[in-house]
Amino acid sequence: MSHAPALDDERPTAAAPQKRRVSANQRKLNRAAYLFITPFFVIFVAMLIVPLGYAGYLSLFESRLIGGETFAGFANYVRALQDPDFLASIGRMALFFVVQVPIMLGLALFFALALDSGRARGSKGARLLIFMPYAVPAVVATLMWGYLYGPDFGPIAQIARSVGFGTPDFLSPENILGSMMNIVTWEFVGYNMIILYAALRAIPSELYEAAEIDGAGQFRTAWSVKIPAIRSAILLTVIFSIIGTFQLFNEPSLLNTIAPDAITNSFTPNYYAYNLAFINQELNYAAAIAFLLGLVIAIVSYVVQLNEQRRARKERSGA
Amino acid sequence: MTDLETRAAVTVGAKGGRRSPFGRGAATARRFAPERRRNWMLTVLLWLCVLYFILPLWWLLVSSTKDNSALFSTFGLWFGGELSLWENLQTLFTIRGGIFTRWLLNTVLYAGVSAVGATLLAAAAGYAFAKYRFPGSAALFSIILGAIMIPLTALALPTYLLFSRAGLTDTPWAIIIPSLVSPFGVYLMRVYAADAVPDSMIEAARVDGAGEFRIFWQVGLRLLGPGLVTVFLFSLVATWNNYFLPLIMLNSSDLYPITVGLAQLQSAASAGGGSQALFSTVITGSFVSILPLVIAFLFLQRYWQSGLATGGVKG
Repeated sequence: MSHAPALDDERPTAAAPQKRRVSANQRKLNRAAYLFITPFFVIFVAMLIVPLGYAGYLSLFESRLIGGETFAGFANYVRALQDPDFLASIGRMALFFVVQVPIMLGLALFFALALDSGRARGSKGARLLIFMPYAVPAVVATLMWGYLYGPDFGPIAQIARSVGFGTPDFLSPENILGSMMNIVTWEFVGYNMIILYAALRAIPSELYEAAEIDGAGQFRTAWSVKIPAIRSAILLTVIFSIIGTFQLFNEPSLLNTIAPDAITNSFTPNYYAYNLAFINQELNYAAAIAFLLGLVIAIVSYVVQLNEQRRARKERSGA
Repeated sequence: MTDLETRAAVTVGAKGGRRSPFGRGAATARRFAPERRRNWMLTVLLWLCVLYFILPLWWLLVSSTKDNSALFSTFGLWFGGELSLWENLQTLFTIRGGIFTRWLLNTVLYAGVSAVGATLLAAAAGYAFAKYRFPGSAALFSIILGAIMIPLTALALPTYLLFSRAGLTDTPWAIIIPSLVSPFGVYLMRVYAADAVPDSMIEAARVDGAGEFRIFWQVGLRLLGPGLVTVFLFSLVATWNNYFLPLIMLNSSDLYPITVGLAQLQSAASAGGGSQALFSTVITGSFVSILPLVIAFLFLQRYWQSGLATGGVKG
């Protein structure tokens, strides 16, 4: 991030009066820069920083039937950390993250490499079609997959029945997490693929021409030249996936209408916070849950980044 | 296309590469004429995977042409029964006094205003971070980068409480104002502006006596084109597809965007056993609601692909 090409007007000048004029000029430029960033920062502070602080403040209070709001210290946090529903929802998302994200990013990477190699026919069309689900709202994607999974007129059940497999139950409590993983994978493989593909296009070709001369095949080149070269883009997709996974809301809340037995009101942490706040009216506790959720996301992202840095350092010193 | 060109340019200078007597032309030809080494297995595999992404949408298209009984009695992935797309559309647009049109217009309004606003704010801030060195710029920029990681839905609840104190819930502002913030957009615009707007051009404009704001408006914005389209499209999608925020902010169904409206129709359809006619309405509504974005992405693909390239590469 240190490569910002700033307009440095302070060229060394001998004459003292000129120097003062330059710094007056610099002041003018600073003022312009602050004016450019002010509109963004006003809304940034009002819509991100203030609500964040307010959530933190709310989470420290308790509302009682008698006596109204009273300061509770960390009682809400203590309660959350002992709340089996909350812990189970975090565990469910951890499982989701460990299973779904590698599948999604593995597919995205495979498609990006396949498109970049230029060896498949019609790769331009394939790229666009794989990306298309990203333009579909999560609400529509979930409704649609809900119908596709459905036992009545879902085509999957129709095909399974005609082959003699019976009717698969995608919406049972045991299978619903997997069904949800499939919906999220369908939605986001294309988006991640585009980020990775763009990074691949920017690798200087001298890197893999050298590998080709050494007799490396396509897979070898992909594994030991291309993938290491787009590491930072892969990291970006991992971080985005962490954020996306832990705040899942649309999918559980819509699947709840067709599979009320499988989706409990604490299926995901975010859905739990919503139900606490708007159904149970436990605003303070919901704020604590939301805050803890943010903390979990920050910690997981940080650990992933740290891990990656350590690995990069080790590799550099090993080389 | 620029990345292709740099790649070709690099090839010419590469030491130890295949030295072709034709220089740049031959090196470029290898990249542009890969047909000779097409791999049919990869092609088949890739297109089989494409089916997974496209079949659900195909089902949606096919199902929106069926009436409710055909939905249950015919095979989902092929047309069957009578073609009732027109009837479905008529039902969709007349149900509850034509409220679907209202939802569609609300979505267009919320998403359009938010996306234009978010793009302009992000462009101004990103341009300033890329092209000026001012006290505190590094610290402010890292705050923005950190904010990319804040789970926005975790903020929806306190934002709702603040808005309800200000009397802004159940108004369009409750959707538009929070959607104006795009930290990732600022990041993208900064990376993009650093390359796309040459310092020499800004200097030249200054020498001509143009003010800083005029330089940004007339020189900067013009050169930021693809970056602007990218940030615009992604803000548009984010607001268009948003369900959580409008769900908690809005009470009157007149103000609903299409996502909340469809979800409401769906729960009515699956709750009321007798009103099964709603299924085909929900499906047709879903199909209609994805068309605008799909078309926008198709027509603007040149822009967003090159814009995203910048963001992903330097990330």
